[in-house]
Amino acid sequence: MFSFCTDPSILDDWFWFSCYLTTGVHMSFYMSFLKVLLLLAVTAPVALAFGFGGAMMARARFAPLSWVGKGYIALVRGVPDIAFFLFFVIALDQGIEYLRHKALCSDWDMPIRQGSDFVVCQAAKMPLGNAAQWVHETYGFGLAVFTFAIVFGAFAANVLFGAMRAVPRPQLETAEAYGMNHRQTFWRVLVPQMWVYALPGLSNLWMVLIKATPLLFLLGVEDIVYWARELGGTKTPRFTDYPHPDWRMWYFLALLVFYLLFTRVSEIALDRLMKRLTRGQATTGGEAQRRAGA
Amino acid sequence: MKKILLATAALSLTAGMAMAEAHGKTIRMGTEGAYPPYNFINDAGEVDGFERELGDELCKRAELTCEWVKNDWDSIIPNLVSGNYDNIMAGMSITDERREVVAFTQNYYPPTASAYVAASEGADIEGGVVSGQTATIQAAHVAESGATLIEFATPEETVAAVRNGEADAVFADKDYLVPIVEESGGELMFVGDDVPLGDGIGMALRQSDGELRDTFDAVITEMKEDGSLNEMLKKWFGEDTTTYE
Repeated sequence: MFSFCTDPSILDDWFWFSCYLTTGVHMSFYMSFLKVLLLLAVTAPVALAFGFGGAMMARARFAPLSWVGKGYIALVRGVPDIAFFLFFVIALDQGIEYLRHKALCSDWDMPIRQGSDFVVCQAAKMPLGNAAQWVHETYGFGLAVFTFAIVFGAFAANVLFGAMRAVPRPQLETAEAYGMNHRQTFWRVLVPQMWVYALPGLSNLWMVLIKATPLLFLLGVEDIVYWARELGGTKTPRFTDYPHPDWRMWYFLALLVFYLLFTRVSEIALDRLMKRLTRGQATTGGEAQRRAGA
Repeated sequence: MKKILLATAALSLTAGMAMAEAHGKTIRMGTEGAYPPYNFINDAGEVDGFERELGDELCKRAELTCEWVKNDWDSIIPNLVSGNYDNIMAGMSITDERREVVAFTQNYYPPTASAYVAASEGADIEGGVVSGQTATIQAAHVAESGATLIEFATPEETVAAVRNGEADAVFADKDYLVPIVEESGGELMFVGDDVPLGDGIGMALRQSDGELRDTFDAVITEMKEDGSLNEMLKKWFGEDTTTYE
């Protein structure tokens, strides 16, 4: 990157490191941090939406809908993450391509399954075979977000389902006594009050989600742990200008610091959120806030 | 209105398809990027190595547009057969077991010698603990040899296991181990005899992709005949490496 980097073998430590840490691979490493943060920023709301939908369905008075909701929660929570990630993503990808194939290539006369091969026409490929690499990566990233959302959505659904039941029954009865119908009771009384019961469970999920990002590499997205392993590995002078012994420990140490800092920041933010949500609630926390204020 | 919209949508779709056909297909080349000198990630963050150079040359001669894709070794074959890329050039030895799932071209690297590397002369490679990379012919060989096999996801970790004493020896492609032993300053050494394994290294493709396989096969033959493949082998594996007649 810098002009003095042409021959790193003669440089002093200080300059050597400034060159080493700005190579193309390191840029990819730094980018992967952004990738992980972006994944979290997108996945968390989507997973919460999935969870909310799941919890609403599980609570539904129409039995089949309730079975679907409960089935989703039980099924996804029961299957190991890794199995889900390996199986679901390939199945989802093939499902999309299968549908596109049916729609776009009606004149195709060969079977789609040929032995172990999955073959669809070129136009049905998702993304198209000649699309740029970034399109493939974005698509892979999208699949990753969706998969994460489904998995964490199931856990969130369970948390929210419990939280909705934790709202004191008299609150709902009062709403009904005021003449609110079922929908109004749900949105105006139940939902605003349930968050305070849901937050401890949801914050737990958030912490687990932060640390689950290495699963990304199973989906072909190069995350920070992949790069740390790749960059930290022994490099011999034949294949790089920056040979070094096994430095994985240092790279993983950097990841440790990153994760710890991130956890701390999350904790502070969640604490604030909890204080905000407790305000005016009929819980011990809410009561304490009221007394302190009075 | 709706009909017009639909019609334009359909038109643009078919036009897109026609264009895709005319431009020709981009061949996506799958590799691991963690196995120097065969394939690795260079300082700039790109795929580099013997297979990069060879693959690019093959594509040039076959007049194909090619693009490199990195994939984890564990899932490299499943992702090929499900169509995420079109071939694999990742130092993959041709074996009967893999032939059941994928099709190989002729080898572009002669049958390889695998070797043991240990931290001391007296390491027990027959009955001790030997590390190998998951789902490789070397791991299969160790499992049959009577030694205790410990498997790792990447080649790097198999060597690290010897350095930290977790394994008595590592068993891997000799060409992968040579630069590591040379650079270790006497810490690591070859022990025992070399073991010839597999039918050489070839490019793996889907079994249903006969045409593409024949194309690459023909170009590999061409490169073997005019000696350019041998030059590449010497460049990446040293003057003493096995070459084609």
